Amino acid sequence: MRKTFDSAQPVVQVDALRSGMGATIIHDGVSFEVKRGEIFVILGGSGSGKSVLMRHLIGLHEPLSGRIFIHGRELSTASAAERAEILRSIGVMFQLGALFGSMTLLENVSLPLEVHTGMRPQAIELVARMKLALVGLSGFEDYKPAQISGGMVKRAAIARALALDPAVVLLDEPSAGLDPITSAGIDRLILRLRDTLGITFIVITHELESIYAIADRAIMLDKESKGIVAEGKPQELRDHTDNPKVRQFFNRQADEEGISAT
Amino acid sequence: MSLAMRTSKTVNAPPALRLEKAADCRFRLCGSLNVYSVAGIWEPLFEASRQCAAQPFFVDCEALDYCDTAGIALFVELLRTRREAAHIENLAPAYQSLLNQFDPKEFGPRPNSAQTKLNLIEVLGRFGSRFAAGAREQIGFIGEAGVALGHTFGRPQALRWRDALAIAEEVGVNALPIVALIACLMGVIMAFQSAVAMRQFGAEIFVANLVGLSLLRELGPLMTAILLAGRSAAAFAAEIGTMKVNDEISALSTMGLDPVRFLVVPRMLAGLLMTPLLTIFADLIGLLGGGLVMLLFNIPLVTYFNQLLTAVQPGDFFGGLVKSFVFGLLIAGVGCLRGLQTGQGAAAVGISATRAVVSALVLIVVADGIFAVLYYHLNV
Repeated sequence: MRKTFDSAQPVVQVDALRSGMGATIIHDGVSFEVKRGEIFVILGGSGSGKSVLMRHLIGLHEPLSGRIFIHGRELSTASAAERAEILRSIGVMFQLGALFGSMTLLENVSLPLEVHTGMRPQAIELVARMKLALVGLSGFEDYKPAQISGGMVKRAAIARALALDPAVVLLDEPSAGLDPITSAGIDRLILRLRDTLGITFIVITHELESIYAIADRAIMLDKESKGIVAEGKPQELRDHTDNPKVRQFFNRQADEEGISAT
Repeated sequence: MSLAMRTSKTVNAPPALRLEKAADCRFRLCGSLNVYSVAGIWEPLFEASRQCAAQPFFVDCEALDYCDTAGIALFVELLRTRREAAHIENLAPAYQSLLNQFDPKEFGPRPNSAQTKLNLIEVLGRFGSRFAAGAREQIGFIGEAGVALGHTFGRPQALRWRDALAIAEEVGVNALPIVALIACLMGVIMAFQSAVAMRQFGAEIFVANLVGLSLLRELGPLMTAILLAGRSAAAFAAEIGTMKVNDEISALSTMGLDPVRFLVVPRMLAGLLMTPLLTIFADLIGLLGGGLVMLLFNIPLVTYFNQLLTAVQPGDFFGGLVKSFVFGLLIAGVGCLRGLQTGQGAAAVGISATRAVVSALVLIVVADGIFAVLYYHLNV
């Protein structure tokens, strides 16, 4: 499975991505690579197109130009079967969880296992319960998403993203709105899964603490230049950047008063 | 870009995983144990474990080169069923630490959460209490909506007319094609079916009486109301239900805006005004459809029209119109009520829309029955 990949080959490669909605261009010339087993963080102010970039990576949006490779294969030119196969190797946690409201947490996590593996129901239930235990939701198997708190929904969504033990996991703001203890727990979970299973994580986050704790490398997107304004280890970005935007971000400084905050 | 298509279709293909028997009650796992490959050895391994029930059971993982959490689940299950008798040997430290995170004892069979069976009295009791709660809610809603409507009539400037007009457009204008289609077909079908029979008596001209009376008194208002129940009651319930699910209703309340006044009144006004207009339209189109059929039976439109005028009294038309006012109020009201009663989650919105249509249909039929009795006694 994952063994078959050349470990030097990037898991995700984005090449001169240009994207937009209607007449608005959101990204122009965005290129980066994510290596296997890396925890890669995407930063940027609101409106800089982080979530749109994530949707491009999983093929929900078509790029205007530029190419995106997952495991060296291009999503937009892949056949339907190939595409489904590539997407199965990616686990996604959407910003708001996107759990299925009519299903219990256990059923939410079991669903991909039921569809894509030949495991027996008892085995699937056990795997799903273990995933929920990983994110600290033991005992909540029979709850529906509407019956649990927002933080628990996020954690359940992470459990669902991990259901098939994917090679790449995309997390859109996994710790936003969580208490520091839970948030640190998620950081630890990410690190542990990377270390034991070699999962590659692409994480969108704003939490500075979390960025320092987990990120191997980070890119920062910017709304005005529609591209990447900084790339590197977060500590280096903080200490050695010339870009005022990046400095502001890492030092948590507001825009100058009187200047519009766009 | 030289790396395109380098790897073939191996992303999720089940890689080689073998379960080898090394000795009695001693097995070796070779290859990659993952969520796809684990299914193949799950049963054989536990079958072997059952056969070794009296002895310790060994699984050697030295040749295992990959193991994900589904593989860990296999070991957890083995440790849970065999306790100390199961020995998992030579598991790579990384996987061992993953395995150590799980306490097998915690993954026993879950307490069955299925509800205990209720006896008949309990079922009746629950049904009764739910029915009473529903009735209470409905009466409360009727009161609230009535007060809000009255308030709006007292102070029309307090209503958001822009909303009301937009809703009226959606309920009324956009429903014209479907209402026209159904009404025309009804007129045509009624006229045709009755004309075929009446021709045997040379009484084709009385088709005008039949079509005119049944359309204006009953079918025009009723069909329009049924169409609106499917179209607008469901739309109201789904829209308000989604707002409820998204906490928008709570947001309105905290801003000091009464959801009934803000959401329900414009919709009820739109229903109240548009249903009679659509009914008049349906009546006219239906009569026209009947007239077209009459042409086939060699009765000119003028003759048909004159016969209509003698057959139909203004009371028939206005009787139908009064009904359609009530239908409009019921459809909009029950649509909004079901929307406000929405529970949590996407499924709840669907349930609300369904309940809105069903309730609206029931109310329409009941109201129509009441009108029939009322008109009979009033000699309308």
